[in-house]
Amino acid sequence: MQGRFFYHALKVNRDICHGCTHCLLECPTHAIRIKNGKALVNPDLCVDCGRCLEVCPVGAIEIEQDDFDKIFDYKYRVALVPSVLIGQFSLDVWEQQIFSVLMDMGFTHVFEAEEGIDILLHIFPRLVDPDTPRPVISSYCPAVMRLIQVRFPSFVNHINRFKAPLSIVSAFYRQVLIGSGAKDEEIGIFYVTPCAAKIAAVKTPGGERQIGITGVINMNFIYNKICQALVKQKTARECSLPTINPISKTALLWSLPGGENRLIKGRALSIDGIHHVIEFMEKLENDEIGDIDYLEFRACDQGCAGGALNIGNRFLNVERLYKRAEACGASMTDSAEASSAGRPRDGRSANIERYAESLRSISTTASVSPQPMEGIDGDMGEAIRKMEMAQKIFETLPQTDCGLCGSPGCRLLAEDVAKGDANILQCVFMMKRKLLAEADSSERRDELMRYIWGERKFTDS
Amino acid sequence: MKLEYEVQGGDFAHAGSASSQVKRILKQINLEHGLIKRIVVALYEAEVNIVAHAYRGRISIDIDVERILIRLADEGPGIPDIDLAMQEGYSTASPEVREMGFGAGMGLSNIKKNADELAIESEVGKGTTVTILIKFKEGT
Repeated sequence: MQGRFFYHALKVNRDICHGCTHCLLECPTHAIRIKNGKALVNPDLCVDCGRCLEVCPVGAIEIEQDDFDKIFDYKYRVALVPSVLIGQFSLDVWEQQIFSVLMDMGFTHVFEAEEGIDILLHIFPRLVDPDTPRPVISSYCPAVMRLIQVRFPSFVNHINRFKAPLSIVSAFYRQVLIGSGAKDEEIGIFYVTPCAAKIAAVKTPGGERQIGITGVINMNFIYNKICQALVKQKTARECSLPTINPISKTALLWSLPGGENRLIKGRALSIDGIHHVIEFMEKLENDEIGDIDYLEFRACDQGCAGGALNIGNRFLNVERLYKRAEACGASMTDSAEASSAGRPRDGRSANIERYAESLRSISTTASVSPQPMEGIDGDMGEAIRKMEMAQKIFETLPQTDCGLCGSPGCRLLAEDVAKGDANILQCVFMMKRKLLAEADSSERRDELMRYIWGERKFTDS
Repeated sequence: MKLEYEVQGGDFAHAGSASSQVKRILKQINLEHGLIKRIVVALYEAEVNIVAHAYRGRISIDIDVERILIRLADEGPGIPDIDLAMQEGYSTASPEVREMGFGAGMGLSNIKKNADELAIESEVGKGTTVTILIKFKEGT
């Protein structure tokens, strides 16, 4: 499923989807319709937030991933894992155990993606570009970025100009490896993703937000591999333990609600859950809310700990990350403080200094383009006429928002009818009313019902 | 196209609902987003004015390809001195209302800033009618 602007990682498995209304009614951009008994996603509206995947009762929404064996095409195989991967497991499982399983799977290097945050904070004194209009919107969550492009296009210039830390960390380790003798084409960098939006952001051509990432591996796949290995291992000692680079408390908690805001001077809000983001943006667009400096939006409830590819409970995940941050707190100086005090911490700091200039040059992104959803008609006069018609149709509908017509609620059905994409008799109430009023031919009725719900729901089985 | 909304004085919980519905329609007719913003901000301010000051009101909107015409007619105390009310920072709102983030005295001047034409008629003790015109193209 590819749109005009966006690459999408979410797919509907048509063999499994049975056309219930869960995703239809949940989708924050109203991108889904039920046609012929299956969910059909409009690629121009989908922002890859993964809400459909979360509410699907039969697992029909899938997230594509690269073939794992693709990593062996490269001599240097780097895994970048998000902190929330570690949060999947209880405190009894050491970080080194988790990393060691990845090494056993065939990776030659494993790094935490959040190292990118420490690097970013090291090379830039300020997190926010002073020229970006207030409130500055965090560029961290790719689903939110797309939401702004599609639904709130007048705010694209508020998006923070710094690239996601994932781009920084991948560019950094690519340079470090090249610096130690590897050839660029020998390096494969793979990101273990907690959500679909990150995959889509990596793969959107021209978007180039994530420089240098070779492929993406879904976190639930890695989760299974780690569990399988943990069953076999008796103790942490029995696995090969790679050293783990220290990361700051700030970086560790970055993907969670409030993670970025602890560094923002001024009035900053953290808002998680895509429906909450929309609610807030609507008010911001009306000028109902002012005087805010920074908005840290996360499409998933509890930030990346709530990403659709997390298996573990999101709250336990958050708990573990906080416990880990506490435990590290004493021995790890915050990287920003460390750098301002001029104390290089380890070999990595020296490398950051060495590559700082080139990292700086790739760390800011060109302005994000608005991609507003298409209106009801390209011609304004015609669009006004159709919206007028939709308003009249809406008033006649039952306003139950049941979704049985195949559109996400009565208002959307009214607009679909005005647009010519739907028939008003797809509404079961309107059909019933019509049948009562006049004995309509049952063939016409059957034809329409099959159009929405497919053959199977009307045959005995 | 014509739209009508009822507004209840004192119902701060629903202040802004007409603006949100109109915004949805304006996006559907592909209006340029800078224009949408001006319209929505002006309408929202005027809608909140009814909620904050009047007993009840009615918003009538007419949209065609060249402009949007918004008429907000309320039954309320009226405005004794319109020129004074238009001044930035002038407000009759109680401290309680200001606490809630309303009544900063920027309402009418903010409407004027966003409108191409603004007309206010008011009769003390009866009510106020605010008419806002925003053109979609320069010089139409």
